[in-house]
Order: sequence, then structure tokens, then C-alpha cells
Amino acid sequence: MSELVEQFDTVVLDVLKEVGNIGAGNAATALAKMISKKVDMKVPLVNVLEFSEVPEILGGPEEEVVGIFFKLEGEIEGSIMFVLETKSALQLIELLMPGISSDGFNEFCFSALQEIGNILAGSYISSLSSLSNLDIKISVPSLALDMAGAILSVPAIHFGLIGDKILIIENEFVEEPSAESVNGFFILIPEVDSYDTLLKSLGVQI
Amino acid sequence: MTMIKVGMADLKVAKPPAALTTLGLGSCIGICVYDPSTKIIGMAHIMLPSSKTIKNNSNEAKFADTAIVKLLNEMKKLGANPRKFVSKIAGGSQMFKFSSGNDMMKIGHRNAEAVRKILNEQKIPILADDTGGNFGRTIEFFSETGVLKIKTIGHGVKEV
Repeated sequence: MSELVEQFDTVVLDVLKEVGNIGAGNAATALAKMISKKVDMKVPLVNVLEFSEVPEILGGPEEEVVGIFFKLEGEIEGSIMFVLETKSALQLIELLMPGISSDGFNEFCFSALQEIGNILAGSYISSLSSLSNLDIKISVPSLALDMAGAILSVPAIHFGLIGDKILIIENEFVEEPSAESVNGFFILIPEVDSYDTLLKSLGVQI
Repeated sequence: MTMIKVGMADLKVAKPPAALTTLGLGSCIGICVYDPSTKIIGMAHIMLPSSKTIKNNSNEAKFADTAIVKLLNEMKKLGANPRKFVSKIAGGSQMFKFSSGNDMMKIGHRNAEAVRKILNEQKIPILADDTGGNFGRTIEFFSETGVLKIKTIGHGVKEV
């Protein structure tokens, strides 16, 4: 078990990638409904990274980013975090409520982001739930706007219990016709004991 | 002046005029140790309170208990006088709030407690303790002065 994250082999990665793909597809559909515009999605990138590499994909440890954190409830214990760069967060808010973020982040923006996060993470988890036949739900969201390093320390510490690497799924949504793209990262963080349950239910032999 | 970066689950020691920094501390703790007589400094960026309950614990810099021991040894090797050691700590925030209690959500608090306990056991005075809150910190530790600079987004900058 302790070497699990270290040894994510291609089969496990493929399974998680597929879950990521279907989840993101559902998330894109949900997002499109919410903003009444066509939303396209690129094939998600699933990466296993060293702790130190993770903040770099968000522009460095001191870059201000938005993290939306949910606890997983049901047959799996753990959490899921949706992280996005400030620029992407403002684009999403602008899509949902045009004009509201004209002078930067405010309370309405945070509510909007929590709602977007809720729908995206909810779609992702409901895909995972139906693919694995496990009953999994998400809690109410908790949002933080702060340094990438600080926000990512939360999943890193959870993964730190089992190894020195972190699994991250990058999703890129493209709004049409403007072709503006929004990058978001999902980090799925099962508790140690739930990893086996999850992978077994997805048909992965460990 | 060289500014040496200390990554997550990492530790470094330095001589004057160098400084040590770690960027974007969240629930982790930055442990800074200083010997004023030689101006040798050390910094560890720990993630978890104890190596004892974890199977995969080969990275000593990841845990408060093993990181502090290693940091002090590295400083001694560089010529620092352990009887002069003083310390400053920062980090240990809770980035996300939830009403229901889950131990892992309070990891920042547990990290801070573990670090204080171990520093006390090692009889190293803690001159500054900037832990807790719900925000990230970047810290810079200067060998010439022993000053620790703490930078945040929206919670100011201070020197301790």
C-alpha cells in the first residue's frame, strides 16, 4: 500500500484518466447548461508529480490561486479539490455572472465560484460513483484564495501519508465561440484505506 | 546575498551572508534554527507531525521529529554551537474550514504542537511563533541578523 502512489502504473493511470475524461465531460455539460453556451473540453491530462513540481503548474508557490475543497462522503473517505489560477477563476465568474467581477474578487464572486466548483466536482464525483458502483457524495464547498503552495499543501499532506507524489488531473474547458479557455485542476485525495476500495471497484488489480 | 530555497519536505543549512527561504507555507511548518555565535542558520519545511505512525518515512525532512534532529546535526556539522541554538517557527494554518471535526483538517495545528514539543525537548528556545490562521506564508530567514521575514497575501508583512 505504501508504495501505491509511487508505483502508479500505466493501467491505474489509464483508469483514472478515463474517470477524469468522463467526469470532465459531464462537468463541461453541466457548465454549458449553467452559462447557456457551448463548452468544449480537451482530453484531461493525468499526472503524477513530485510535491515540489505541483505549485509550478499553477505558476509557482507564491502565485495567488483559488482552491475549492470538498470532503468525500459515503463508501469512500477522502476529499477532492478543484484548483484554478486567478485568471481562469475570473473568466469563469465572468461567464456565469457578466460584470460582477469587474473590480476583482468580492463575496458574490466567491459564491459563484463555490457554485461552479460544486457543479464541476459534483459531476466528476458522480461519474466516479457510477463507474465504481460506490456510493460517493461531496460535502458543501470550502473556498480559499491564497498562495498556490499554501493551498496545495493540503492535498500534499494527505498524499504525504502514503508517499512523496501527488496525482493531479488537468482539465481545460474551452468556451465557444470566443475560444477562451479555462484551466482547472482536480486533485482526488482518497484516505489511505479508501484507495484500495476505489481501485478494486474500478477493476484494477493491485 | 544568496537566497537558498527550501522546498516542501526539505531542509537546508547555511552560513553568512546567505539567507534561506520557503515559499507558500500552508499547513506545513517552517522551522528556523539560529546560532547567534557563528550566525549559522537552518530551515526545515515539514509536512507531518511524526514519522512514527507512517510506514513510508524514508524522507526525514517530511516529519517534525526526524527533520529537527537532522537539521540540528547538519548545523553542528557546519560548525554551529548547539548550546546557542534559538528557533523561530511559522506556518501551520488551516486553509479550508469545515464544521465537522476531522483530524486531517486540523493538521496545521497538530504540526505546530509537535514542533513546539520537540524544540522544548531539545531545549531550544522559541523566540517567535507565527503559526495558525487560515492563510499562506512565505518566509525568509537571514543569517546576518537572525531575522525572520514573514510575507502573506492580505495579512501583511512582518519581521520577527
